[in-house]
Amino acid sequence: MTTPMTGWTDLFFLLVLVLDLFVLASSRLRAGIRAVAAQGALLAVLPVVLAGEATETRHVAVLVAGALLVKGVGIPWLLARATRESKISREAAPLLGFVPTLVLGALGIVLAVWFAADLPLPVPGKHPLLVPTSLGTVWCGLLLIMTRRKAVGQVLGFLVLENGVFVLGLLLSDFMPAMVEVGVLLDLFAAVFVMGLVMFDIQRAFSSLDTENLASLRD
Amino acid sequence: MILAVLQLLAFLALPPLLLGVIGRVKARVAGRVGPPLLQPWRDLRRLAGKGAVFSRTTTWVFRAGPVVGLAAVLAAGLLVPMGAPSSALSFAGDFALLAGLLGLARFVSVTAALDTGSSFEGMGAAREVTFAALAEPALFLGFLSLVRSTGGLDLSHLLGDGLAAAWQSDGPALLLVALSIFVVALAENARLPVDDPSTHLELTMVHEVMVLDHSGPDLALIQYGAALKLYLFGALVVKLALGARFADPAAAFVAFLCGQLLFAAGIGVVESTMARLRLSRVPQLLVGASVLSGFALVLLLR
Repeated sequence: MTTPMTGWTDLFFLLVLVLDLFVLASSRLRAGIRAVAAQGALLAVLPVVLAGEATETRHVAVLVAGALLVKGVGIPWLLARATRESKISREAAPLLGFVPTLVLGALGIVLAVWFAADLPLPVPGKHPLLVPTSLGTVWCGLLLIMTRRKAVGQVLGFLVLENGVFVLGLLLSDFMPAMVEVGVLLDLFAAVFVMGLVMFDIQRAFSSLDTENLASLRD
Repeated sequence: MILAVLQLLAFLALPPLLLGVIGRVKARVAGRVGPPLLQPWRDLRRLAGKGAVFSRTTTWVFRAGPVVGLAAVLAAGLLVPMGAPSSALSFAGDFALLAGLLGLARFVSVTAALDTGSSFEGMGAAREVTFAALAEPALFLGFLSLVRSTGGLDLSHLLGDGLAAAWQSDGPALLLVALSIFVVALAENARLPVDDPSTHLELTMVHEVMVLDHSGPDLALIQYGAALKLYLFGALVVKLALGARFADPAAAFVAFLCGQLLFAAGIGVVESTMARLRLSRVPQLLVGASVLSGFALVLLLR
């Protein structure tokens, strides 16, 4: 944090992390979906904020447009539709309560900030908060996947996790061809699409989205 | 010098008006005209003119509660810079005394509530203490972040000169701290979404239930003290948000008062748009506030 400018780029990373914590703490699925959408949109803008003079403009533009479309609009819309159709609005009883998960998530982020300074990076001179944000977001996503019972909550966890990986990908965006990144976004979309189908099947079979029910399946 | 006196006079005179502004904003949002701005002052005068009724089960603890509580908040007011460049009393580590005095005010109001022997007031006292215990870490972590960022140890520096450089170098972290202190202010002053000051619904009251047995002048002292406390927290939030933007002390004072107005209006808007949180969800909000300030501290320690 040397100049005021990097100070305000920090804000982007902080918002991403605060949104992580919000998703961990909120029991309302719709609020969670909105938060993940906002996080996706923020991440989509991030390459522009981080772009130096050396970066290729077209590459960045493709990345921004793709991420905004998929993460900010497409997937949240799918999820919102799924919650509407299945008529669930809140996560009733997660495996671990909301406050413990929130504290665990915060601890993970703190540790990420702590350790990231010592990590040897292949590309020097990147923003100091990039790696902690990425690791912290991945950790929060994992927590969500592990603790939530409703399928929608777990999909949200997967999205948060993917957002974390996306941040880490920004580290390498100078080297990665745009096609690879577009491919990753497409994969993500396909994955959420499949998850949506699975959710509908769970819903039809058990008339609830509780994944605990899957344990009772026999062949 | 004049400003130093003026800030104390404002501290004594303006807090009930702040409540008036909140009431007015809430009424306007709901489409009503609302009570006049001076209504809280009139209520206080009305209460002060009444006689007090003391239950036979109460002791001196009950009578001491309102007086000690108001005295503690008044003393706390000396420590916080409220518009003037520095506070009336300033020494290294005074923020700990500020938290201590506010804690003392809470302690006497809780013991007074317990002294009545009413299980109902005991319930409110238990809730008040629970929430306060969760709000205090957020406040202290916020202060620690400020100490780390400005390099001073007294509130006049933490919320005054030190902030100019701090906002330049680590603005985002200070933003988190300001947000967290705002949440603490809502909780400490028994505002929505933690407690609803306008309801007397038995199952959900926190602060109001503790003062049910106080009457007349005692109740006036308690309500005046609550208003002062709101002004105090408003001062923390406003000073932190303003930074040291105005070089001219008089302009800074005016900006501070406008900030307080905005603070009250902000609370009014929050209260009009949010529902009260379920009691079991309040700790989550307060832990969230602690997490925000703790996070800011970690960013600054990095």
